[in-house]
This record gives sequence, structure tokens and C-alpha cells, in this order.
Amino acid sequence: MNTKKVFLGVDVGSVSINVVAIDQGNNVLGKIYVRTEGKPIQILKKAMEDMASMLPVGVEIRGVGTTGSGRELAAVVVSADVVKNEITAHGIAALTFVPDARTILEIGGQDSKIIILRDGVVSDFAMNTVCAAGTGSFLDRQAARLNIPIEKFGELALKSKSPVRIAGRCAVFAESDMIHKQQMGCSCEDIIRGLCEALVRNYLNNVGKGKEILPRVVFQGGVAANVGIRKAFEEALGYEITVPEHYDVMGALGAAILAKDYVSKGHKTKFRGFEEILKKEFTSRSFECNGCANYCEIVELIAGDSVAARWGGRCGKWTRTNQTAEKRSAVM
Amino acid sequence: MKVTFPHMGQAYLAIKGMLDDLGIEVVIPPPITERTLEIGTKLSPEMACLPLKINIGNYIESVEKGADTIIIAGSCGPCRFGYYGVVQKEILKDLGYDVDMIIFDPPDSDYRAFIERIRKLAGKNSWVNIAQAFKRASIIVKEADEMLDIALRKRAREVNKGDTDSRLYRFEREVWGKYGSQEILETIRKYKGILSQVEEKPRVSPLKIGLVGEIYTLVEPYVNLHIEKKLGYLGVEVYRSITLHEWVKVHLSLDVKHRMRHKRILRKAAPYLNLCVGGHAWQTIANSIYYSECGLDGVIQIMPFGCMPEIVAESILPKVYQDYGTPIMTLVVDEMTGEAGYFTRLEAFVDLLEQKRRSKADEYKESLFRG
Repeated sequence: MNTKKVFLGVDVGSVSINVVAIDQGNNVLGKIYVRTEGKPIQILKKAMEDMASMLPVGVEIRGVGTTGSGRELAAVVVSADVVKNEITAHGIAALTFVPDARTILEIGGQDSKIIILRDGVVSDFAMNTVCAAGTGSFLDRQAARLNIPIEKFGELALKSKSPVRIAGRCAVFAESDMIHKQQMGCSCEDIIRGLCEALVRNYLNNVGKGKEILPRVVFQGGVAANVGIRKAFEEALGYEITVPEHYDVMGALGAAILAKDYVSKGHKTKFRGFEEILKKEFTSRSFECNGCANYCEIVELIAGDSVAARWGGRCGKWTRTNQTAEKRSAVM
Repeated sequence: MKVTFPHMGQAYLAIKGMLDDLGIEVVIPPPITERTLEIGTKLSPEMACLPLKINIGNYIESVEKGADTIIIAGSCGPCRFGYYGVVQKEILKDLGYDVDMIIFDPPDSDYRAFIERIRKLAGKNSWVNIAQAFKRASIIVKEADEMLDIALRKRAREVNKGDTDSRLYRFEREVWGKYGSQEILETIRKYKGILSQVEEKPRVSPLKIGLVGEIYTLVEPYVNLHIEKKLGYLGVEVYRSITLHEWVKVHLSLDVKHRMRHKRILRKAAPYLNLCVGGHAWQTIANSIYYSECGLDGVIQIMPFGCMPEIVAESILPKVYQDYGTPIMTLVVDEMTGEAGYFTRLEAFVDLLEQKRRSKADEYKESLFRG
């Protein structure tokens, strides 16, 4: 029996860490979605442990890719072959699973983006810049405040008969407007539905401003689980929205696919191996560089007893010894 | 009199050289750092644009080093820069700084005031001396920009990543202690040679990106978060539409041929925008079209937050993209800009261009098979 070739994708985001394993036919063998809880290294190690236990014995990891805001960190911990930004990763994943996609709406924990695809390549994109209104964290907070489990949030919104209008321009104003509507006696369902509509309006006016949204529209990211938001998007755009099966881990999937492509070009994986990731002690320490008046805070990641990577310098003095930077240039 | 001035990219080389030659004592403001920005942000109106804040930071840091006179260019264009000198003067006065400020407005109508200001600065120097010092300063501007152009070419092709920048870093250290335009020019020429020796990878054809946008953000690397360096690291060759040398050639020199070329490019924007709406908005549109026609892979527009002229340009650029097919991305910078998100956008944009180039190459291959 020949061993199965497996590719891993790791997405370290601000709110969640996702790990997926795919085979050569892009079939998902296992996926893990855990909260970052501000401790990316420990949680990532735990996620890797879970992934190792999920995969059948005897599989061979042939490649690993990382993405998300913590991609550099994750790349050092797992020793990744490919380090890619989340826009490219999401674009690749959507195109793989929904080949005729022309627009991707992605709403994650702390950022939201729109990716425009034409003829199978990314042709334009935008990310939210200043405001967190409309992202997963905000919805989470409102659900907690209304004492509704976040999983039920969308279903409740669909029950609404006459949604109220919520000011969605800013997270703080949206919250006070919601409270105001509550005190007026509006029903919980109507308020939630109103909030979903406000968030969609806000997204389309900010992130989606000036972008040509054409079907097929794919909606991904953790918030895509919310049927209320999904419905609001469909009403605002007038198109049917496709939510892919693995909507919540599309970034990680993209990273895995990119790793697969990279390895298929004849490269050998640098993956550390599950055991070594778990055994190795990763610690970080930071210090202030006194080279100039910038006083950059330099963070060092130490793997075992050697410095694995450094971040944070503006001038490049410290990143020059950065292994991940070299790796990235090797990938390019 | 100890004279200082705000930083703007390589401008300090030329200004220092010129003032040295005229025998005027100069205080070069310390390189822009986090501290400069912090001082500027604290002392400036919150709604002011980023360059003003950094200027203020420069002044204060120079005054700490003993400067008592500030020189700054003015402008009569419909952009907030026109008010910079006057507003900054008021801010410094309110703070209780006893400094003199000489504002050089373009001498569009009032030559007398202009001449008086030059006299005030140059003291007993003869007009011949002044003219010569000015001429040498413009040569410094030209050669410094040529040096940066070499760096732009090298970064995208260097064998050992970081070679170019470590040489530029050495240049900055060395030139800091030089006196007079002659010495500064010699250092620039020496480093032009040193940079040319950076080993290049053979047969690479890097992605090409053109930078357009507001002049200060384009010229001052601290403000644009070292975009040229970052793109170079990603293996991109950068083209700059607006440089100090370009500005000098258009506004201060008698290079008629160049002015005609400049106007020819501006004319390309006519279907979209056919007049100056302040700042460099007109140039931004025109250069985006020009770069598209030249076959560059992409264009990046950079501007400070709240820059009115560039906002006008930003809203026109999607139309240019539609008509010419060269992707254009806009980046806005201010004191809140996070470096990680900025880099993510650059990386994603470069990926986009790479994919586009590859799919074009595939199409070409297919057409060969068919035909």
C-alpha cells in the first residue's frame, strides 16, 4: 500500500487559527478551527496535535503553507514551504472550489475584504482599513450582549417580519442605536435583522466601494455561517450567494493548495514534522533597539536554543538574519 | 543665523550643499523617526495632513540642535500646502519658539518680495555666487535621483538580498559629515559607482510597477513606509513618476524640452481630467495612463490621509483601469497606518500582477499552438 500524500494549510488569524489537511485531489481530510485567544504559539501547537491525531496513521506530509496575519510566526513554528498573504490564499481557494467565481466576499474576525476575480485570476481587491463594524468580533460581542448564542444569530434574523433600521456606519454608534431600539420596544429578531442589513450596507459602501460585483458571488470567512447576513447580501445585491462547504477555513485551504503547487514543482518540503513541533520549545522575547531614535521593538522567536526569526525593525537591520524573509524570497 | 529646513527625501543633500557654499550655517534636521512624528502629531491640528505634522517635528528637532531660522517653499496651488509656511509659523509662535521663518513662494507676480527673501537668507553673497550655488544644488538633486534610480533597478535583480540597501545605508552615513556641494557631489558619484557594482541575477525580467500620487509621500521614504524597498524585496522594479529632479526640471529650470514632454504626458489625462485641481492629481491620472501605455504591470497611487487632490484622482482611477487594463491600487498613509496591513496589500498586489502576467503568457503560448 502506498502512503497517502498530504498537504497542510495553516491560517493564523487575529481571532482563529485554522489548520486543514488535503490530499492531491484537494479533498479535505481534516480541518480544525480554534480560537487564537491571544496565544498563537500554544494554540497553534495544540491545533497541530489535534490535526496529527485526526489523520490516519502512515500519511506523509508533503508540503505546508501558512497565511493570515500571523503567517510569519506560523511559518517558523511549522517550518513552512510557502508563506502567503490572505488575499491570494482566499482567492486561490475560492477558484479551486468554485471555478466560476467572479466575486469573493470575505468577512473574518477582525477584517473584511472583497476580492474581484476575472478569467480565473485576482484582478482587484480591497480590505477594510479603519473600522471593525461588520466583522465577526463585533457580531460576537452583540450576540453576547443580547444573550443569544452566535450560532443562532442568523436564524433569529430570518424570523423577523419588519426589520428596524440600525445605523451601521460605526461599531460604537451601531451598538448605541441597537440599545435605543431595544428600549423603544422593538423585538429582538427585528433588531438583529436590522443589524445584519446595516452591516451589509456598511460593507458594500466601504470595502466594496467602486468595485464591480458580478455573479457568481462567493461568501466565505467565519461570518458566512450567519444565514442572516447571507440573506441580507442576497437582498442587497440581487444575486444568489454561494457559500462553499469549507467556508470557514478557506484561507488555510488556499495555503495548502499553494504548498501543493510549490512542491509539485519539484521542491522538497521543509516541514518539521508533528512530533518535532510539539517537542520543540518556542519562546519569544522582545527588546528595544537603540540604533536610532525609532527605538523599534524587536521581537525574537527562539526555537529550542537558537533564534529562529526576528521581527519589528524598520530599517531591515534585524530582519536581514530572518530566515522567513529568505524563505519568502526563495518562493518568489 | 543657523538655518534649518524640513526633510523631503534626498532634498537635504542639495539644500545643505547650497547653504554651505553660501557660507550659511546649517542644521540638518535629524532623520525622521517615530519621535519626529510623535512631536509633530502632538503639536499640529489633528485634521492637518501628514506632511505638515512631520515638518513640525523636523523643526522642533532642529531647534533643539540650535537652529533659529527655518526655510520652506510655499505654493500658490489650490492645495493645503499653500498654507503650510504660514500655519507652521503660527504654531511655532504659539509654542513660544523664537524662530525666524523665510517662506519662498513661487515668484509668480511679486518678484520684489522674492528677491528680498533671498537677500535676507544669502546675506552679502553676490548674485553670481547665489546663482552658482543654486546651479550646483540642482546638479546634486539630479545625481542623487540618478543614484536612487540605480538602486531601484538593482534591488529587483540583486543576487544577495539586501546588498543594495546596505550600500545605500553606508552612503547616508558617509554623506552626513560632508561639507559643501563639491564633497556631497563626490560622495554621490562614488556611491553611484558602488551601487552599479551590485551583482545582478542574469536574465530576470522583474515585474514593473509605477508609483504615482502626492509628491511628499512619494519622495519621503519614512512616510511611504519605504515602499520602494519593500517592493524591491518582493522582486519588483519600481518606476517613480514624481521625483525631486523631475519637480526641479518642471518648475525651476529652463529645460523647455522637458517641460514640453511633461505637458505631452499631462495631455493624456484630458478625457478624464483636464485641469489642475491642486497638488499632483492631474499628474497622477496622466502618469497612470502613461505607465499603462508603456506596458508596466501595475500602478500604485500613494497619498496622505485626507489629501483632497489625490482623492479626486482616486475616484477617477478605476475608470482608467477599466479603459487601459493595468491594475491600479491606492494606498493611504497617515500616523495610524499599520505596517503589517500595508505589506499584506503590497504582497497581494504583486501576486495579482504575477498571476496576470502568467495567464497572459499562457494565452500567448496557446495562440502559438493554434496558429
